[in-house]
Amino acid sequence: MTAKIDEAQVRRVALLSRLELSNEEVAQFSTQLSDIVEYIEKLSGLDTDNVQPLAHCLPVYNVLREDVPHPSLTNDQALANAPDREDEYFKVPKILDDNSGA
Amino acid sequence: MAELEYKIIVGLEIHVHLATRTKMFCGCELAYGDMANTHVCPVCLGMPGTLPVMNKQALEFSILTGLALNCQIASFTKWDRKSYYYPDLPKNYQISQYDLPFSEHGYIEIPTEDGGTKKIRILRAHLEEDAGKNIHTLGNFSAVDLNRAGTPLLEIVTEPDMNSPDEVGALARELQRIVRFLGVSEADMQKGHMRFEPNVNLHITRNGEVFKTPISEVKNLNSFRAIERSIAYEVARQLHEFKETGKTLQMGNKSTYGWDDDKQMTVLQREKEEAHDYRYFPDPDLVPVEIDDAWLGEIKARLCELPIQMQQRFTKDYGLSDYDASVLTADRATAEFFNATVKQGADAKRVCNLLTQTGLKLANEKGTTVDQLGITPENLAKLAQMANAGDVSATAATAIFEEMAAAAGNPMQIAEAKNLIQKSDAGEIEALVDAVLAENTEAVQDAKTNPKKAKKAIGFLMGQVIQKSKGRANPKIVSQLMNQKLTS
Repeated sequence: MTAKIDEAQVRRVALLSRLELSNEEVAQFSTQLSDIVEYIEKLSGLDTDNVQPLAHCLPVYNVLREDVPHPSLTNDQALANAPDREDEYFKVPKILDDNSGA
Repeated sequence: MAELEYKIIVGLEIHVHLATRTKMFCGCELAYGDMANTHVCPVCLGMPGTLPVMNKQALEFSILTGLALNCQIASFTKWDRKSYYYPDLPKNYQISQYDLPFSEHGYIEIPTEDGGTKKIRILRAHLEEDAGKNIHTLGNFSAVDLNRAGTPLLEIVTEPDMNSPDEVGALARELQRIVRFLGVSEADMQKGHMRFEPNVNLHITRNGEVFKTPISEVKNLNSFRAIERSIAYEVARQLHEFKETGKTLQMGNKSTYGWDDDKQMTVLQREKEEAHDYRYFPDPDLVPVEIDDAWLGEIKARLCELPIQMQQRFTKDYGLSDYDASVLTADRATAEFFNATVKQGADAKRVCNLLTQTGLKLANEKGTTVDQLGITPENLAKLAQMANAGDVSATAATAIFEEMAAAAGNPMQIAEAKNLIQKSDAGEIEALVDAVLAENTEAVQDAKTNPKKAKKAIGFLMGQVIQKSKGRANPKIVSQLMNQKLTS
């Protein structure tokens, strides 16, 4: 039987997630992820023709907050757990190929 | 090679910062230009174990904008996670809306050169959170400021309906005016409140066959000039590339460019081999939103007449020039104040001049809007009527306007208290004219008999009369009387 999630897919997802995997890990995750997907596929046996897709597992809607400011952390509190800082900034390894931005 | 026939095709993605007090999913206050990392909390720092809670105002601002853009508002909308791997959004995902945005299928009307309008379709508008800022000044390191992380961001996507750099610029300006009218964004370009990403390509006709050039997406433009110039540059570049290589659009064949403002050119950032895989999935931390008719009705009631409609009405009903009407409708306070004043029966052109020349200047100096100057539309209408009737000169009207803003009060009382009422009584003015003519026989002689000096002499005599009246004689009547006497 061919794997549900083959090694090429694992490598692709690892790349997208910026994860470095050894060849052994790629093989291991391919097997594990395939098992998981196969297990979940049991659900495909259900008849869902008349079921609306679920957006959230809680039957709760419209949890909203008024637009009122709350105190923020101080700069020192914010940076307290940072591995490194430069003045009031978080200091991180240089970003290569910066295509950041929302 | 003969010049090729081509059509420019542009669609826009626009990000608009909403003018809420706090962030999208936490209570940190929005602040521009403050010390880095002082408007952050465990939620926007992406700490494990924290939970986001939606800002109601941000959602209502978004729906209001969607309505103004003639969009269909969804009765059910939800939140998704978009994978993201840069440190300016430390959760490693951006909360956004994927398959069920709160609004879709609208349009925006933009002004065209001939004074008409063109409809540009809106594909969708959804709400998301902005990222912080990465600063690359530390050599092998980058500095990160998360004050902006989590700012409510409205993303608006148009259909590729624009066909020139000017049309794209017009849409950008019109959208800025709309969101300012609605009060949902300050839309300050310099503060990055609005960012634009045009998708540009060409449909080139050669020997009766149409060729589509590969699409360029130009990232993060934050000035109207950069929008127009980058598109003009892309048009020239793509045309040149097509002539050189004949390269055409394949499926998913799209490249990302940046705009280098110093060199005035687009710079290739990356070529997309395939559609980017953001691996969206529903955010389990946030429950969906249901927008029922009652809520939607409440938001609809906050809609106002849109600027472009007001502008057209001002030119059509009041005979104002398109330029005057566009200045008056640049912001909602001015437009509505003008509207209210004219409804009092004042002459539109006079009110327009008073508001745009004096009102906007005063409002600017005080950092406020014209409706906050302490002047009522009733009193401004009175002032306009006084100026039109010749009771006060145009110069005096400006002085009275300034006094009304400084100390409030009724324009007639101010005019009387400051001796600014023009004398229009012909008998009284005639006496002054006679006196001046008697005192200046030489000038009178020049005015009557020396064509070379006549104009200057009459000007001098007019000035003498005005001076004798302490500036209060109605110049129109002085001029009439003077002409009668000098030609008789």
